[in-house]
Amino acid sequence: MSTLPSLAELQGISAELRGQVIKMSHQAGTPHLGSSLSCIDLLTAAYWTALRIDPEKPHDPNRDRFILSKGHAAPALYSVLAKRGFFSPDWLDTFATHGAELAEQPSPNCAPGVELATGSLGHGLPVALGLALAAKIQPRDYRVLVVLSDGECNEGSVWEAALLAPALKLNHLAIMVDFNKWQATGRSEEVTSLTPLRAKWEAFGWHAVEVDGHDLAALTEALREVPHPSGKPLAIIAHTIKGKGVSFMEDDNNWHYRIPKRDEVNKAFAELGLPAPQLAAAKSGSAS
Amino acid sequence: MRNAFADEITARAKADERIVLLSGDIGNRLFDKFKEACPTRFYNCGVAEANMVGMAAGLAMCGLRPVCYTIAPFLTYRCMEQIRVDLCYHHVPVVLVGTGSGLAYASLGATHHSCEEVGMLRLLPGLNVMAPGDAWEVRGCLSAALADENPTYIRIGKKGEPLVHGSRPEIRLGQALQLSEGREVALLSSGAMLPEVVALGKLLESQGMRPAVYSLPTVKPLDTALLEKVFADFRVIATVEEHSVLGGLGGSIAEWKADRPKMPGRLLRFGTEDVFLHETCEQEEAREHFGLTSQKMAERIAAALR
Repeated sequence: MSTLPSLAELQGISAELRGQVIKMSHQAGTPHLGSSLSCIDLLTAAYWTALRIDPEKPHDPNRDRFILSKGHAAPALYSVLAKRGFFSPDWLDTFATHGAELAEQPSPNCAPGVELATGSLGHGLPVALGLALAAKIQPRDYRVLVVLSDGECNEGSVWEAALLAPALKLNHLAIMVDFNKWQATGRSEEVTSLTPLRAKWEAFGWHAVEVDGHDLAALTEALREVPHPSGKPLAIIAHTIKGKGVSFMEDDNNWHYRIPKRDEVNKAFAELGLPAPQLAAAKSGSAS
Repeated sequence: MRNAFADEITARAKADERIVLLSGDIGNRLFDKFKEACPTRFYNCGVAEANMVGMAAGLAMCGLRPVCYTIAPFLTYRCMEQIRVDLCYHHVPVVLVGTGSGLAYASLGATHHSCEEVGMLRLLPGLNVMAPGDAWEVRGCLSAALADENPTYIRIGKKGEPLVHGSRPEIRLGQALQLSEGREVALLSSGAMLPEVVALGKLLESQGMRPAVYSLPTVKPLDTALLEKVFADFRVIATVEEHSVLGGLGGSIAEWKADRPKMPGRLLRFGTEDVFLHETCEQEEAREHFGLTSQKMAERIAAALR
């Protein structure tokens, strides 16, 4: 993109993406809607203001790499990739149906633009270290960006990678933690002593910043710092709200698993300022 | 074996700029020549094996040929899911080299033994599993693994194992090496047991038998052409490995044979039992404990032939 979209344009994109993932959850009967909604703005800022990518050349060796390590938010990634032109938006209507390219969580090379099969947490960052190290060895000047969930920071492999990345001086590597304060069955702070999260990443040798994860201007600003001039990898702790954008889903962890009914989808679209959606018949077993 | 590995990987890396060596904080001084020759392609990843395997996947996705090296149990048991998801599911050509495998580190206790990892790893789709029999086979296995597009696990011993081959054999994935011809008894050796299996062959000869001796540097894929032949031509087929009789070479062949009920040969599996070794001992004593000596194996084979 030669010129970056305006803040209003970014907000419009983000609202559309939210509508898209709500529709997908309803039609496919798939969970993790709250988790998808919390990271939409992170992905919007990354894909529309930061990443140097060309949808026509998804395998360009010099492309920036993006890994959605919290693979359960795959509908957010698929919606972004379709809207950025990596594949036809028609694929989104087949999401999680038999034989579709787009499964509930991404499989290897399932679609152009999907860099890694994620779903088991704690894998994205170690692989990202390898991608970033390869750039130094070969050498190439691409950057690597990873989105992690706060619950994912329970995994030991995340902290193994966190220890090593600064020692390897991987300042072209950045992470965004989608810090929505919930994990599958409880408040993330109550399950493990996660906070102070920024201080943890700093103590591990990263340059760490905290931002409002729904402030697209702030996210854009934070992402401008890759590669970070300090020579350190960058950790953006993004404070987010699970289910963001829909009043009756926000900060309600039931929406980790709940699937929206038809009237809830319509209500959500109205709140997002979107025209009422055309909905296919919901998958049997899902609430309609 | 580990010195042969260090020497061979250095030679390979000099010739192939894609090779990157990752170590799990092991091999002090072992890789000095590698580091000197390829300073930007050696990384000590620390005592953090899961991250090391994930990193290797990322390097391979960018066209590099990473080789991960550390003590066998830590590289395998600890990283099972990284091997499964990052390497096998993504089908990336990463080579894992587990040193001190089997009972090589017997004296360090069962945390350092690896007598189950072949059984565990060979279940993973698309993963080659190799177990070279001497330092020459280590070199051949490494070359074969680096030339393949699948991920590969190679279990090696420590150092100072006797050489069996006089020169470097040509090793192909899934192909056994024949050391001697014979009849009645076929000995199939996996990994560092090879010198003992050669000794077993000589002992059986001294007792009037003529065993055929094979080294199987590859556990997966199995050399099924060899199996078809030996189970048709020999009365007793004995597998020998420093690994549990469950799941390793003997276990693989037992599965293979279960699908061929008319195959006449009888399978005898020599390996470790389904237990942890709690006894404080050296490798030789550990082998003795599990009956992995030529004397004890010869007795069982003679009894099976009676």
